[in-house]
Amino acid sequence: MEKKIELLLSSSPFLKQQEDTPAVMRQVIYSLLPAAAGALWFFGISALLIMLTAMLFALLTEGVYNKLTGRANTLRDGSALLTGLLLAMTLPPGIPLWMVALGTFFAIAIGKLIFGGLGSNIFNPALVGRAFLQASFPVTLTTWVAPGNGLSFMQWRSAAFTLPFVREKVAAVSTATPLSMMKFEGQLTPFKALFLGNSAGSLGETSALLLLLGGIYMAARHYINWRIPTALFATVIVTASALHWLNPETYAPFWFHLFSGGLMLGALFMATDPVTSPVTHRGCWLFGAGIGLLVVVIRTFGGLPEGVMYAILLMNGVSPLLNRIAQPPIYGDPAKFKKNEAHNE
Amino acid sequence: MQQKSPGKLQQFFHFPEGDGLATDEFIKGLWRENPVLVQVLGMCPTLAVTNSATNAIAMGLATLFVLVMSNVLVSSLRKVIPKQVRIATYILIIATFVTVADYVIQAISLEVHKALGAFIALIVVNCIILGRAEAFASKNTVWKSLMDGLGMGIGFTFALLLLGTVREILGNGTLFGFPFFPDSFQEWVIMILPGGGFFTLAFWLLFFNGMKARKKDNHTEVHPEKESVEEVYV
Repeated sequence: MEKKIELLLSSSPFLKQQEDTPAVMRQVIYSLLPAAAGALWFFGISALLIMLTAMLFALLTEGVYNKLTGRANTLRDGSALLTGLLLAMTLPPGIPLWMVALGTFFAIAIGKLIFGGLGSNIFNPALVGRAFLQASFPVTLTTWVAPGNGLSFMQWRSAAFTLPFVREKVAAVSTATPLSMMKFEGQLTPFKALFLGNSAGSLGETSALLLLLGGIYMAARHYINWRIPTALFATVIVTASALHWLNPETYAPFWFHLFSGGLMLGALFMATDPVTSPVTHRGCWLFGAGIGLLVVVIRTFGGLPEGVMYAILLMNGVSPLLNRIAQPPIYGDPAKFKKNEAHNE
Repeated sequence: MQQKSPGKLQQFFHFPEGDGLATDEFIKGLWRENPVLVQVLGMCPTLAVTNSATNAIAMGLATLFVLVMSNVLVSSLRKVIPKQVRIATYILIIATFVTVADYVIQAISLEVHKALGAFIALIVVNCIILGRAEAFASKNTVWKSLMDGLGMGIGFTFALLLLGTVREILGNGTLFGFPFFPDSFQEWVIMILPGGGFFTLAFWLLFFNGMKARKKDNHTEVHPEKESVEEVYV
């Protein structure tokens, strides 16, 4: 019997990546784990509760929406879980849990699903949820508690279990974040506290070191485009140093901007969201630089002490335009060819 | 003479004779062609002054008054106004009634007048009013235009009230200035900010479009002609 030759026909791409979306999402969640562990160390069980609530409601919102609209089940791609965890990382440790649930619902439903699900949203869903909470409950979202350590793990934050839609009781002991101390009192937080994380702030913004660990891992494995954080850091360093050089009394040095507030978290985990950042490399350089510039401008001249969230959301909005103006040159472009020819003659 | 004038008047106003035509002009503005929820016109007052139910009602009634009066006047002058200057004439007519509404609101409640601010004067450029004058009143009888103005105005007030109620309850915990929730209610500040206006409008549009889609599925064969909505470009 003659051996049949099978002819396989398929269209490009011929080189296929082994990793699909769920695998990448899992890896990003793993990279966030050091920072999450840091949050547990500094803020104890309330941090754990916030993270669990956010992740649970993220899955719940997406699951119910898929059921109601008759869509395929998208829970397994892990993006809802990641959004929930990222949102939790941006929240202050003393926040009532019903606000966490509401913010997560808003992030997933309005930030992502309304646009058509993963890959179709304009703005980073976690930051949409955070912006909604910030605008709705400005007092709660700017009340910070001082970080503890592992020994005070079981210490409850009284406000966490406030009933839904009820105003929380006056927070126990509130402190200022390094950024608001700088802005309103002109007091600089030492480098070591900022870098290691022993300072007040949101769950995931205290320790720059732990965030950097995750970020470097992701960049090395090409889960994120390293151009975005690089451009962002470079712009922040240049702009902040220039301001500091002009007047060291009022303007903070660059390392303060770099390691305080949500800049590390935003630069490594939110600005690099592949859905809402530009697709071209030149676009990514511009995108990161734009965020860096806006962060320094908002922090230095704006009314708010922190501006990373708004900077990223604003640049999310212009990333389609960046894609347009940052198109790579086409090889063998006839217009260019003619120009060169005319030049040679 | 006595025989002629009622005939002329009849012709001019075109009173309905049991055919229900003018009633239909009234009803279409409430729901089927609601200026805000279906035509998505007049977004400036819809988003800007609906941060409380009281403001929404005041704005809706002022617009209703201007809409009805300008519709009636434009319609009765429709044969006199030269085509070339018709828009300018409409604006003049509308501006007159807006001035009247402005002073009336100021006389009734200075507080509401202050809360509405520049948006009372901006009724002049509300595209619902100019749109109805151009698309309807200039082509139809006075009676029909009156009914059209009433229907559209009430539909507009209804939509504004929907937004204003939700925004005031969530954003301030009150309704018409009276406490709606117990004292311990945590206000959602965003709802009385401009962003909340967009969110609330989006939710209502989603709700009504969903209802319309469901209705359409049930009655596709029964009333196919009812789907024609006048196209207005203003």
